[in-house]
Amino acid sequence: MSLRIIKAGLLDTVQDLGRYGFQHLGINPGGVMDRSAAQAVNLIIGKNPGEALIEIHFPASIFLFERAAMISLGGADFSATVNGEDVPLWQPVIVAKNSILQFQKWKQGARCYLGVRETLQIEKWLGSYSTNLKAMCGGLNGRALQKDDVICFSDKYEYASWLGDKEFLILPWKADIGWNETPIDKIAFVPGNEWDHLTDDSKKRFLNEPFVIGSLADRMGYRLQTDLQVMHNGELVSSIVSFGTIQILPNGELIILMADHQTAGGYPRIGHILLAHLGVLAQNRPGDKIYFRITDWQQAEELFFKQHRHLLQLQNACKFRLEEFFNASH
Amino acid sequence: MVAIDFGNVINEELNKKVIALSNYLSEHPLTGMIEVVPAYSSISIYFDIVSIQRIHHSRKVHQWISNELDKLACLQFADAPSNSKIIRIPVCYETEYGTDLPWIAGQKNISTDEIIRLHTSVRYRVYMLGFLPGFAYMGEADEKIIVPRKLQPQTVQAGSVGITGRQTGVYPLQSPGGWQIIGRTPLKMFDRDTDELCQVKAGDSVEFYSISKDEFENY
Repeated sequence: MSLRIIKAGLLDTVQDLGRYGFQHLGINPGGVMDRSAAQAVNLIIGKNPGEALIEIHFPASIFLFERAAMISLGGADFSATVNGEDVPLWQPVIVAKNSILQFQKWKQGARCYLGVRETLQIEKWLGSYSTNLKAMCGGLNGRALQKDDVICFSDKYEYASWLGDKEFLILPWKADIGWNETPIDKIAFVPGNEWDHLTDDSKKRFLNEPFVIGSLADRMGYRLQTDLQVMHNGELVSSIVSFGTIQILPNGELIILMADHQTAGGYPRIGHILLAHLGVLAQNRPGDKIYFRITDWQQAEELFFKQHRHLLQLQNACKFRLEEFFNASH
Repeated sequence: MVAIDFGNVINEELNKKVIALSNYLSEHPLTGMIEVVPAYSSISIYFDIVSIQRIHHSRKVHQWISNELDKLACLQFADAPSNSKIIRIPVCYETEYGTDLPWIAGQKNISTDEIIRLHTSVRYRVYMLGFLPGFAYMGEADEKIIVPRKLQPQTVQAGSVGITGRQTGVYPLQSPGGWQIIGRTPLKMFDRDTDELCQVKAGDSVEFYSISKDEFENY
């Protein structure tokens, strides 16, 4: 008795930062789609960045807290409410026993993360909490959350002295998630092995045109409807692909591989999206327009470490704030 | 992730090199190496660049990695110890399971019995695993049964044995698939409850043998 699903959402799964070490068996890493949002959500409640949390799509599940807990939400904005009252993203919230967390209306983004300070009683499979829907392993019973599922908490914290008779309490600080001073209006990529298979005209189009994310856009991959041309036809010998690989299909469409991608692929690899930009991409939905920007490994590395340093600062700041809060006398 | 590419070909000698280098790296991991994944003719290495930076903070991580890969290129793996096995896989080739057998027979103008004979008369090499947990890309199938992929992937049942080009493989799970289906094995190619998880690994050899519907059902 802890966290009960009273209504199932479209696709809500237990995730972490992925399952590495088994791709040679065809078992892909999976894990959260928006790594920076998910890590921030864990940090806000004083957890380590790689702990289990719930990735939520819209329409979302309805959650009942059968015990008091401290939670945080981040990523997409689905107008979260506790017992009908708005609760913000990126802030710790203490919810009383029997509170209902609900997501009322889609506002922005594609994937919202729910972190809980209490330890979720989920068994690791091959070293990870991530749900592998294809293998039906990991997460909660290897599948998306369903009505009447219960995730138990294996530890207990006392909140009564802070909550009083309130149904929930929003702690008075907010995580700064703007690690990049300039907004990311173009998704950066480094050229892949087959970048030069594109015709000059198609390269120009790739770097200048907007691309609309098609209706086939899920945790496996994003299809971009276009008609780019390659100079060499024919498939390649299958090789290993990863989260962020941009492939061109025989009909000229593009597919960007996302968290639940297959481990191997045989289509030309146009490029690889920067790890630091995958989170932004993961918050795009069918119909959204994206632009690409070419860059190199040097900048990819700089942006990654910039984001990493920001998360480390956030981790320290959150720990300090939480300690300060819980140590304050009441 | 970085990839080391040995060329865009399916070639047994090249694949042996790939697996030798992959085994070497698993036993002698580079700083910050998360995992190494062999494919037909390339190897991909996943790195934790935070831990590399912590140790080699004077340099850019991508430069350090590229330098390490240059060093690897000089290594020789002529007599890499092999731990490969030979696995025999039972297959029921009844058209109930081998749903595309009649079509292939028509296309290739040979009998379904001949297709089965050709498919079971080769010892295949497992070049790589990928696509699905436990899905082995094997070759080389007989030239007389070379068939193209389906234009649209169709739902394929777990255990289905497929062919396309010179490749053959077994679908470990129900999944959309584009290969032509010639039979089904009762063997679990992927089993989360075993330590090995998968029946085969890259570098293994596989032989298929025909079983009856009765044997399939009572396997």
